[in-house]
Amino acid sequence: MNQVLNKIIKINSINNIERLIRWKTKSGLCDRSIYTSRFLRHGDYEWKDPKSEDEVVNITYIDKNGKTYDVRGKIGDNALYLAHRYGIEMEGACEASLACTTCHVYVLDDYLDKLPEAEEKEEDLLDMAPFLKENSRLGCQIILSKELEGLKLQLPKATRNFYVDGHTPKPH
Amino acid sequence: MWKWTKIIGNVNQRIFKANYSESKAKTIKACIVGSGPAGFYSAQYILKHLPNSHVDIIEKLPVPFGLVRFGVAPDHPEVKNVINTFTKTAEHPNFRFIGNVSVGTDITLQELRNCYDIVLLAYGANIDAKLNIPGEDKRNVLSAREFVGWYNGQPNLDKLNPDLSGESAVLLGQGNVAVDVARILLSTIDDLRKTDITEHALEALSKSRVKKVYLVGRRGPLQAAFTIKELREMLKLPNVDTNWRSSDFVNVKEQVESLPRPRKRITELMIKSLEENKSNEGNKNFLPIFYRSPLQINGESNVESVDLTITKVVDNKAIPTEDVENIPAQLVCRSIGYKSVCIDDAINFDDKRGMIKNTNGRVLQKDANTPDIGLYVAGWLGTGPTGVILTTMNNAFAVSQTIIDDVHSGAIKCDSTKPGLDPKKYNVVTWSDWEKIDKREIENGKKSNKPREKRLSIEEMMKIVKS
Repeated sequence: MNQVLNKIIKINSINNIERLIRWKTKSGLCDRSIYTSRFLRHGDYEWKDPKSEDEVVNITYIDKNGKTYDVRGKIGDNALYLAHRYGIEMEGACEASLACTTCHVYVLDDYLDKLPEAEEKEEDLLDMAPFLKENSRLGCQIILSKELEGLKLQLPKATRNFYVDGHTPKPH
Repeated sequence: MWKWTKIIGNVNQRIFKANYSESKAKTIKACIVGSGPAGFYSAQYILKHLPNSHVDIIEKLPVPFGLVRFGVAPDHPEVKNVINTFTKTAEHPNFRFIGNVSVGTDITLQELRNCYDIVLLAYGANIDAKLNIPGEDKRNVLSAREFVGWYNGQPNLDKLNPDLSGESAVLLGQGNVAVDVARILLSTIDDLRKTDITEHALEALSKSRVKKVYLVGRRGPLQAAFTIKELREMLKLPNVDTNWRSSDFVNVKEQVESLPRPRKRITELMIKSLEENKSNEGNKNFLPIFYRSPLQINGESNVESVDLTITKVVDNKAIPTEDVENIPAQLVCRSIGYKSVCIDDAINFDDKRGMIKNTNGRVLQKDANTPDIGLYVAGWLGTGPTGVILTTMNNAFAVSQTIIDDVHSGAIKCDSTKPGLDPKKYNVVTWSDWEKIDKREIENGKKSNKPREKRLSIEEMMKIVKS
């Protein structure tokens, strides 16, 4: 099983390699210690500064109030934990285990096409996210790569007005 | 020169004094009733955005986390990761957990309000809505809430003793709670053994003879309440065939394209599963049924069958017809929603809907439509029992922001004279006490390779605290 997977890894792009490692690790198919710990300890990797300029991936977050944060990330950073490092309010209730929708983001401009397609599980969860849009993704499933230089992620707007009877306020 | 130093010194002193008294004046004591997701997310938000706030969470049970502990299915451990976030909040120096204190019994709401500037009610929805049909009181007609509490170790529900010796179980309601119950009933015992499911439930489920689980909904596939993630899990269960009634899907395929994305994807999945129509000999069956409304439950003392009125859907509503279908069942679980209870007469409670009357989380005064400043409600207790954890989180954050706005606007007086609850007056379980219980539960789980073995009664929990 591992041999087959390793073969697949060789012919896949860097993003898929990362995804496969994560999947292998999650599914218990490989010894966790063999691989780098970056997908295992939640958020530790994101706290490390890039070692060189080659690694740097600059991205922008726009929070629920419209405030922008330019962040100097690096290859392999998880967009959820990178947000945590810079104090951006993106929740991650299930800690990137694909069991909730608290890190729902919109991927702006044409960056959506540059991201690997969402897994079925992520799509299923997105179906439960309020204010779902065409460019919705879960932040915890976005892993930075050089291709994503300039990526813009917007958090869904805060919804301050809610009504007990489900009534939606009409715009003035 | 000396004059200047003196003046500067004086100014400095004055600035210091001003800052000091200002910060002291801003000290604000908030109390949250209930330690589930609504309570903990509110505490997190208030502590983060209101410097100098002190937040206490009062919990009826000796153990925290509400439905994360007692509601989330044991085979969904990832969902429980949120406990780590809540624990971080609990470790905040301005936070106290006050467990084993019941508001309405040990302390009245008014007494609580005398102790705090802000009281936020977030004790959720802990009773189930009844069907109010004949036969509902027969033996082995349970509420899904009880059944879930039974396998999740909710105190006092270990004695529920559901009879699993019959072949057919009918679940009335099609929400994700009902699907959880179906999944637990149909999962292989070895898959459940790895979870933190209670030992008594594991024992009973290992002897279960339940082979068919019906999931009954009043309306059609296009109104199904379960979500796609939960349905997909059912379709992937080993040794279980999901069988739909093709008659329920007449004209459904034609409508798929025009549906909004979430509804479209789940409908496509149902149709795909219907077309596969797997049926392997010896397998158990998961049987979703649409257009049926519970009419009555039959049997001597034990339940034997359920009569269902056949319905049709008009304008998204289920309209009963004259026709009735009878389905044999030796176990019936109703799962048509939760309700909150009113824990104190001072609360402006909407009995009919089972929730607290409020606007944007501000509790309304009794006999008046104006907010009772200083009293708030978050989570299911204020919104009704629907939505996923994100919904509750958003609501908790929004209500907390409302509270902060009321502090900034001066509506809530921050005179810092409120003392907070004196824990010495009660038999309180603190956060470090809970950590003792937590540690013991995890240790006990190790013996049987489970993530934890929950303590089942308040007495047992208190024994660990006192040890």
